Amino acid sequence: MSALRIKKGASKHSAYDLRDPNAGALESHTLACIVDNEAGVLARVIGLFSGRGYNIDSLTVAEVDHEGHKSRITIVTTGTPSVIEQIKAQLGRIVPVHEVHDLTVEGDSVERELALMRVHGTGDKRVEALRLADIFRAQVVDSTLESFVFELTGAPSKIDAFADLMRPLGLGRIARTGVAALSRGV
Amino acid sequence: MAGQMTGAKMLVQALRDQGVDTIFGYPGGAVLPIYDEIFLQNDIRHILVRHEQGAVHAAEGYARSTGKPGVVLVTSGPGATNAVTGLTDALMDSIPIVVLSGQVPTFMIGNDAFQEADTVGITRPCTKHNWLVKETDKLSETIHQAFHVATHGRPGPVLVDIPKDVQFANGTYTPKAKAVTKHYAPKVKGDIADITELAAMIEKAQRPIIYSGGGVINSGLAASQLLRELVDATGFPITSTLMGLGAYPASGKNWLGMLGMHGLYEANLAMHGCDLMINIGARFDDRITGRLDDFSPKSKKAHIDIDASSINKVIHVDLPILGDVGHVLEDLLKIWKSRGRKTNKEALGKWWAKIEDWRAVKCLTYKNSDKIIKPQYALERLEALTKDKDRYICTEVGQHQMWAAQYLGFEDPNRWMTSGGLGTMGYGLPASVGVQVAHPDALVINVAGEASWLMNMQEMGTAIQYRLPVKQFILNNERLGMVRQWQELLHGERYSHSWSESLPDFVKLAEAFGGKGIRCSDPADLDDAIMEMLEYDGPVIFDCLVEKHENCFPMIPSGAPHNEMLMGEADTQDAIGSSGAVLV
Repeated sequence: MSALRIKKGASKHSAYDLRDPNAGALESHTLACIVDNEAGVLARVIGLFSGRGYNIDSLTVAEVDHEGHKSRITIVTTGTPSVIEQIKAQLGRIVPVHEVHDLTVEGDSVERELALMRVHGTGDKRVEALRLADIFRAQVVDSTLESFVFELTGAPSKIDAFADLMRPLGLGRIARTGVAALSRGV
Repeated sequence: MAGQMTGAKMLVQALRDQGVDTIFGYPGGAVLPIYDEIFLQNDIRHILVRHEQGAVHAAEGYARSTGKPGVVLVTSGPGATNAVTGLTDALMDSIPIVVLSGQVPTFMIGNDAFQEADTVGITRPCTKHNWLVKETDKLSETIHQAFHVATHGRPGPVLVDIPKDVQFANGTYTPKAKAVTKHYAPKVKGDIADITELAAMIEKAQRPIIYSGGGVINSGLAASQLLRELVDATGFPITSTLMGLGAYPASGKNWLGMLGMHGLYEANLAMHGCDLMINIGARFDDRITGRLDDFSPKSKKAHIDIDASSINKVIHVDLPILGDVGHVLEDLLKIWKSRGRKTNKEALGKWWAKIEDWRAVKCLTYKNSDKIIKPQYALERLEALTKDKDRYICTEVGQHQMWAAQYLGFEDPNRWMTSGGLGTMGYGLPASVGVQVAHPDALVINVAGEASWLMNMQEMGTAIQYRLPVKQFILNNERLGMVRQWQELLHGERYSHSWSESLPDFVKLAEAFGGKGIRCSDPADLDDAIMEMLEYDGPVIFDCLVEKHENCFPMIPSGAPHNEMLMGEADTQDAIGSSGAVLV
């Protein structure tokens, strides 16, 4: 029965090591769900991700149809193609979830995130921060003699880039909204 | 005002509207208004269980043996948390259950009130959907929606949490016909192009197999009938999961027996060697597939399922068909017949010849004894003495469950109640209570192990109270047999805590409850003892003392593919490698 010994001598194997080794590389997908805006609906969605071991890289939720009591949940997730398919199917199974869209595969989409960043500094650094903010079209929404709060909207990569530039200039706290996304065209 | 009534009255009215004739429950402070309404009516029968877990399993037994949803009523806090195992069990096995739980009054929610628990929070991952009803006006519609969700699409358990002030307050009743349920409408018809493709695959297949599951039974009696028609018309071999037993009759000529970890040799080898696998309402569970990268490596796979998330979850399939089994089979048969009812008869003949070779191995052969009762022998005798009766079988979980699946024959759907997905010890006795409530004149047997049986033995009291003549057929090996078997195979025969110390005297226990106890230890007495059990008009605990160290074979050890089965004790040496050992 030697063929039964799949990987001999290892003790730290998880059962999941026995899954298809050719499962494929990780992909990032942006999913948008239209859900009933009712108590517990967000808990159902995030409970699905934690309960089944899926990743949430970003999550945004707000009511989008007040009369129809509908909210839009935008989730950025990573997984192998089969896991992404499974996530969509599992989301579609939740009773108050009406629609699930994979914006990454359903044609072009726009993704935007809003960030607020406090940058501390005086003198040259303060001037440099303001110059860079101008290049990135960030708005100053609060100011003291030693700090600015910038508001920046853009793709997550743009916000990452701006944060990287601000770090040596005195970047303090950051608040980010997570991604909101819509498909392009009609 | 017309239609105005209290929440408690509304609840009972909604159950009546839904055609509910029986509920299983246990009273408590937060459901007293509902119990008061139950007291004042005679349409709905309430079965008082001894523990809320028992209520849910009894409702599962009721649901699985009737095809109707099972209804449970429990109080807040511990009443609801005790129901969690049953809810999870019903979720894993796709059983339609509606649990109604009491809750502390709305104005006390969140205050850590007496017997308060976050019931919707706790049960969110173990229900198909749940609701907390905060207004009496919404109560009846929510209950109608709950029944709709539990029974449509892939069935499952739902829970409605009802605060006590909502039960007392007045509101307007919404009749069933007016409740808004249209949002939840899973697709039942399969795609015709896909079904046509499957018909074409059936025509060409050289080594086909039909692998059916609990979805066929959940789809209703018509689905089982269509499955039989498909199997008999094509002449294809059929195997089934534990959950699907009875959809195709065990006496049918194309029946290969159950597949999977303790499935039959011929069924597993046919799965491994087939070139077309038609999965009908099963979900490629890990008990079925064994090692995934070596699962049926040369076959094209088609999968009919009503739940999109079951398709391509663990096994990639070539032809997914999303829809209800009954609807899809109906269309499939129509299309296949209209194309001329073709199969590759020559190849099929060779395939059957091969299957007959595997059958000739007689994998269920065991070494009998004239001194001690072998568990397999006990089940063979039980089968012989009961198979012609109007019979329902429940089981607990473990070796006895697998032996029951192997040695008992199921001719019809809805006759076999077992905890498949969750593997809940303590399922069988309360399930047998629920089945007997639904079928008062039938023979209901719970094939049990002594350890599982003790987990919910309090439900014997329920059986006595309602004069339910359930037969508790306990294969007593004084061991947690399946745990013991794995310890033997995996853990160097170190039998850590896997024996049943200080067992009760089951005969006296039966008498203490008010039932009959029978003990049998000699194979020569077994038939007479079983007949005595069958002839007694009332609940029986049958303490069948069996061989203590018998292992359950055939077995696909964890981490192994279908074609590497252990057939008996001689094969067990070093059977499970280190990576198989981490699997359950």
